[in-house]
Amino acid sequence: MKVGIVCPYSWDMPGGVKQHIDDLAQALIAQGHDVSVIAPAADDDDLPPYVVGAGRAIPVPYNGSVARMSFGFLSAARVRRWIGDGDFDVLHIHEPLVPSLGVLACWAAKGPIVATFHASWVRSRAIAVAEPLLRSALEKLSGRIAVSDAARKSLVEQFGGDTVLIPNGVTVARYAEAEPLDGWGPDGATIGFLGRMDEERKGLAILLDAFNLLAGERPELKLLIAGPGDAKDVYDRVTRAFHDRVTVLGMVSEADKIRAYHSVDVFCAPNTRGESFGIVLAEAMASGATVLASDIPAFRKVLGEGQAGALFANGDPASLAREAAALLDAPERRAKLAAEALVAVHKYDWSTVARDVVRVYETVTTGGAGRVEEDL
Amino acid sequence: MTSIMVVLIVGIVVVLAAVYISWRAGRLDRLHIRLELAGESLSAALMRRRAVALELAGSRLLDPATSLVLAASAHEARMAGPDERERAESDLSRTLRAVVDQERFGEKLAESPGGQALLEELEAAVAKVVYSRRFYNNAVGVTRTAQRRWLARVLRLAGHTEYPQFFEIDDNPPEAMATE
Repeated sequence: MKVGIVCPYSWDMPGGVKQHIDDLAQALIAQGHDVSVIAPAADDDDLPPYVVGAGRAIPVPYNGSVARMSFGFLSAARVRRWIGDGDFDVLHIHEPLVPSLGVLACWAAKGPIVATFHASWVRSRAIAVAEPLLRSALEKLSGRIAVSDAARKSLVEQFGGDTVLIPNGVTVARYAEAEPLDGWGPDGATIGFLGRMDEERKGLAILLDAFNLLAGERPELKLLIAGPGDAKDVYDRVTRAFHDRVTVLGMVSEADKIRAYHSVDVFCAPNTRGESFGIVLAEAMASGATVLASDIPAFRKVLGEGQAGALFANGDPASLAREAAALLDAPERRAKLAAEALVAVHKYDWSTVARDVVRVYETVTTGGAGRVEEDL
Repeated sequence: MTSIMVVLIVGIVVVLAAVYISWRAGRLDRLHIRLELAGESLSAALMRRRAVALELAGSRLLDPATSLVLAASAHEARMAGPDERERAESDLSRTLRAVVDQERFGEKLAESPGGQALLEELEAAVAKVVYSRRFYNNAVGVTRTAQRRWLARVLRLAGHTEYPQFFEIDDNPPEAMATE
């Protein structure tokens, strides 16, 4: 299939949406599709062969943060030309409600158009003001995809209708190999955590309480924590005598994150709720870590009811401590769970996600849907 | 005010109104085309699901009882008239869940030659029914809103097209094939 993908955010800035589009494009190309991505980027930027620049991005405050986006006559003309020259079977717009290339593409094209919604928002003033305008753009979409329940809910509450849900994927191969962090390594006594430290539903407090229970009887036990938040809050919760056995890395780079997964014996995901799909869990599984997670429905499903990782009673530090101790004492069970996890995580690989996205493409291009054309 | 001015102003108003009405009519027309395409795509997805279910039933890969249940359900759905279609397709969804969610169904099927391919085909067909029905109902929703507009009603912009109906069925996929 010939697919045109529209990225609203600057290609040279790291970000979730851009990463999603890059992963999707590569997975589609690997499956033999012909992909062209248009994104805000200057002509002299170093771009992969499948990306076309639509002009330099301008930083603008929008919906609570500053994003680098493209708009204006020049970008509109470039998008129009890209659509006219592309002769696409399907046009895939990301974030069509963001005032950037997505909106421009929606205006300039007709034919089979699919859109993916990433962000969630509370009834925003900006969107309410522009609603009639956005509504006519949304009318052109033949298929709508949301990446999370939150994104789906925002869209449905403000505009009605429904979407299909296709969550983000994990590029499993990217996590397979990495050196442990310097001075770390799976040594039979390291527990790891990754996520926002100050967000209650991520459940770090439960892990810290469990650590307090375990650390006394296990002098070797160490805790490695990575993610944004205040380290002081963490230490306030840990018994003073154990402070030197808890390491807080704070925010880490993508590469260090993968190394961190490879540095622990047990990776703990103590989330108390939410998490329609635990991307962190899937990453840890792809890294070959042994996972210990709370038994919330989403995690039980990802871990195959305990086949591909151990579970503990949600919100219960004593249960977490008991399960962690059992895992640390059983290296063979750890190896078996990790091996099962590597198989189970394939369901969340980008190749699977891309397959579902292609099914959406096929759904909107059946019959006399024609091709993507310029809307004059 | 001279009469020329009056004529001029009336003329401008008429032109603006005409432009607005034709834009509205064009938009409604585009929605009707989209609705029609979405309907075709939904029919195609349902047809495909019935076909794969029948093929699976006749494949000799299943035990005779399962084959019979599946064949009967797919056949019912194929023969259903317009008023029975939603019920019959829902029944097929339920049957597929009962069949595919049998213990070790996927593993058993994958052991036989051709079984894996058939299973993948069924999974794709089931997913496409879910997708195409969502998209179709979306199209129905926006078309209904557009047809109900005051201007569209007074000027009969929708012409003789019928008021579109949602397609409401149980299309939940089997547990083993659930993607959401």
